[in-house]
Amino acid sequence: MYTDKVMDHFMNPRNVGEIENADGIGEVGNIKCGDIMRIYIKVEDNVIADIKFKTFGCGSAIAASSVATEIIMGKTVEDALKVTNKQVIDALGGLPPVKIHCSVLAEQALKAAIYDYATKNNLEFEGLKGYNPVQDHDHHDVVDIEF
Amino acid sequence: MKRIYMDYSATTPVKQEVLEAMLPYFTEHFGNASSIHGYGQDAKRALEASRAIVAGTIGAPADTFYFTGGGSESDNWALKGVMKANTAKGNHLITCKIEHHGILHTCETLEKEGFEVTYLDVDSEGMVSLEALEAAIKPSTVMISIMFINNEIGTMQPIAEIGKIARKHGVIFHTDAVQAFGNVKIDVDELNVDLMSFSAHKIYGPKGIGGLYIRKGIKIQNLIEGGAQERKRRAGTENIPGIVGFAKAAEIANENLDAHIEKLTYLRDRLVKGILESIEYSKYNGHPTLRHPGNVNVCFEFIEGEALLLSLNAKGIAGSSGSACTSGSLDPSHVLMSIGLPHEIAHGSLRLSLGDFNSEEEVDYAVESLVEIVHKLRMMSPLYDKVKGGK
Repeated sequence: MYTDKVMDHFMNPRNVGEIENADGIGEVGNIKCGDIMRIYIKVEDNVIADIKFKTFGCGSAIAASSVATEIIMGKTVEDALKVTNKQVIDALGGLPPVKIHCSVLAEQALKAAIYDYATKNNLEFEGLKGYNPVQDHDHHDVVDIEF
Repeated sequence: MKRIYMDYSATTPVKQEVLEAMLPYFTEHFGNASSIHGYGQDAKRALEASRAIVAGTIGAPADTFYFTGGGSESDNWALKGVMKANTAKGNHLITCKIEHHGILHTCETLEKEGFEVTYLDVDSEGMVSLEALEAAIKPSTVMISIMFINNEIGTMQPIAEIGKIARKHGVIFHTDAVQAFGNVKIDVDELNVDLMSFSAHKIYGPKGIGGLYIRKGIKIQNLIEGGAQERKRRAGTENIPGIVGFAKAAEIANENLDAHIEKLTYLRDRLVKGILESIEYSKYNGHPTLRHPGNVNVCFEFIEGEALLLSLNAKGIAGSSGSACTSGSLDPSHVLMSIGLPHEIAHGSLRLSLGDFNSEEEVDYAVESLVEIVHKLRMMSPLYDKVKGGK
């Protein structure tokens, strides 16, 4: 069902936890749907100097959070905003179709954290243009597969 | 790594004696039971002997037991067959919300065809209310179908009492006994049951074979049309190896029933006690005592069931969950929803179903593993720190 990479990130997740006095915190997901992802970032000189996550969800949600933090760590904020769910999927060696939304969630959680950072510091980023933090949590529409 | 199987409600391994009983019927006695020659007659003898054995374990005459392709077919046949054969009496069927999909999806199909179905609620322990059941009966009610033991939460319904109510109102009573057979004493007369569904692979028999008990005098249409097998009621060349295996499994289950129940009940209670005592924010689902002897269903708050199953699997333990992520749908199981669990709690459900090959050591290992896994997943959960840290 899952690739070895997904299982590795699920069993040995990288960057789990919280950052005290984080520069930005983003939480996305919906308890009803069974997945909530929270990402903390520390920004130094416009670079993501530290990133941590906490996730309630299935194996792929945890793996997607973990791999996303690895991808983002050390990137500039602008570059971090360019990270897509496709990169998360590729880094995991693929996800089953019904689990694609987990990668979307990771992308959204990062955006939400950067948005929080930008708002607190009165900063504007090209990658956040048109971003609406209160948009409906609707990730399940990404795929609709009947078993 | 040692693997520990705790998913006996999903399926069971075929016992060695069962396999040995089956083997000659693949090779030496391979005949078609409808054939007139010796090969056929050998098969026919095995078929009828098996029927007598299985029927005997439920206190039924041999000629009231029909072999089918499994539990789902039996459920389909019972409901579609009885409702369609009794339209002169009415078009109403009563069932409950926590039935297996073999019943629920069949009911939905019947509704599309114009039949009326009442789905009774269950209480927080999964019990149907006898008062509500009786109140739901009306002149057009043809049939009641209430499962014996629920496959997810293990709750056992008061089948004899339901049967009594059905009798009193002249309504036909079917029960899906797929999880109950081999785990509780069954006598179709004492239970006032008119039809009962069975499956062999839940009782250490082979997959793809099951049965339907039909009390004499019950009007029922055929589901599978074709040849004259099963006294013209269920067409298709009989699966003799499967039938022989089913009979052997039923015989063993029946002979060892008391010891089986005693052993599983002990292991189940030990497992439940271990979990509830060592893991906070865990909730035991289903009825505390009136339940399957090997069924444990627990919800762990703040974590998700699939992550739990994957972690257990990594420790060699096989279980199952009613979480949405394992069901392929967006909602947690209909059973957990029906007993009133909120989504976020139902997402963290775990079913461990014990069987004949489990041991006390395995149960203790499962508890130990769960303590570790639940802690690890909770430390990752943004829901848990809100509770623990008040953050």
